[in-house]
Amino acid sequence: MSVVKMPSVLRPNVGGAKEVEVGGGTIGEVIDGLVASYPALKDQLLTPEGDLNRFVNVYLDGQDVRYLQGRATPVGERDEVRLLPAMAGGR
Amino acid sequence: MPKTYTDLLREAREEIPEVTPAEADALRQAGRAGVLDVREASEWEQGHIPGATHISKSYLEQQVEAAFPDRDQKIVLYCAGGVRSLFGAQTLKELGYTDVVSMKGGFQQWKSQGLPWQQPTVLTKEQKDRYSRHLLIPEVGTEGQAKLLESKVLLIGAGGLGSPAALYLAAAGVGTIGIIDFDVVDASNLQRQIIHTTDRVGTKKVESARKSINALNPDVHVVAHEEMLVADNVARIIDGYDVILDGTDTFETRYILNDAAVAANIPVVHASVFRFEGQLTTFIPYQGPCYRCLYPTPPPPELAPGCSVAGVLGVVPGIMGLLQANEVLKVLLDLGETLSGRLLLFDALDTSFTELRLKRDPECPACSDKAVAARAAGTAPALASDSGVFTLGGVR
Repeated sequence: MSVVKMPSVLRPNVGGAKEVEVGGGTIGEVIDGLVASYPALKDQLLTPEGDLNRFVNVYLDGQDVRYLQGRATPVGERDEVRLLPAMAGGR
Repeated sequence: MPKTYTDLLREAREEIPEVTPAEADALRQAGRAGVLDVREASEWEQGHIPGATHISKSYLEQQVEAAFPDRDQKIVLYCAGGVRSLFGAQTLKELGYTDVVSMKGGFQQWKSQGLPWQQPTVLTKEQKDRYSRHLLIPEVGTEGQAKLLESKVLLIGAGGLGSPAALYLAAAGVGTIGIIDFDVVDASNLQRQIIHTTDRVGTKKVESARKSINALNPDVHVVAHEEMLVADNVARIIDGYDVILDGTDTFETRYILNDAAVAANIPVVHASVFRFEGQLTTFIPYQGPCYRCLYPTPPPPELAPGCSVAGVLGVVPGIMGLLQANEVLKVLLDLGETLSGRLLLFDALDTSFTELRLKRDPECPACSDKAVAARAAGTAPALASDSGVFTLGGVR
């Protein structure tokens, strides 16, 4: 199981949890597993075609998976996956 | 028999090789010699050779080892007329420096031959007092402080992030602070926007900020841009600034600013906040990623509400704004490592910082080689997002 760190805007979709544990050998499998457990996340994370939305960045151990292998990026047992949408606030 | 001045001078001439100003300039420009000015501080302030180090002859023994740790480095000494530098060079030889020469004719001849020279910014007595804690830091010193006083920083927004940043940048002596904000001070701002005050509720934010800045440091020239940053005015507004601090509240402004700053090659220190959390990074165009590399498209509004919708713990923009000010000062002084290529996340509830690595997107529509070439050729496509408002200098 890898740990998925949830940004606060997405926490209402996972019962308020700061992080959740999800199984899966790749980023795609982890995201699909996450969406299966918390269907409310689907529209936030995935396009209608099932690709990762471009406005939510996914980091594996601090690295953007866009520059690794995207959905196919292998995820180890104790890896940390972090979802991070852009923030607007500044004022 | 006691020696006369003439004897000493003759001995120094015999011992120390001399170079002409032109030869010294060639050595300086080729980076083959350090240049050491041994005149008095008052003479140095009237003008000196660019890149020279100044140590008055009376302080040579005490200070030269710190300034020139390599005793085998070639050093060209100069003074006003070429005499004190000969004696200074003898002192350096006694200290074990192996390759010291004196510039014949000194700075007078250098100037008369039309060689380049510069006048250092001289701090006033008041400035020396005010910035004394900066002047004590070797990495800042008079030169760094002078650089800050000549610097121009633009703050996008005098709000939660801009307020603390503006105050500290003003205190640090950043000479020109531009502020773009079209809003007026509201009572709900005062929980975090500490540049404003209760008696200024209802007044323009740029004017309120100007008052606070000038009360703190009258050295600072405040340029008030009382307008909304849009695609049509962004290039004009950011022109001439050294660094931009992005403290805005909307994605639209952030993308407009990014595209213009990338095109104008101006670094942007970015931060954003949400309730107990903040994000921070520094975008140095073409060296690290830009905002579009990090976030190619904006999220839908429900996923990224501003502070007025979601709320924010007042200290969070305070902390993030000060970290932005720190980045600005590092960029201006060319010190340390900026956050270029790194995104710093702050969580106030855990009091934790997390660092993520960022990369330039080779397909970035703003900063990739392809985008640069297209801009140069005048064929850069307007950038449109899902909502159709994010353009590269086109229609808003």
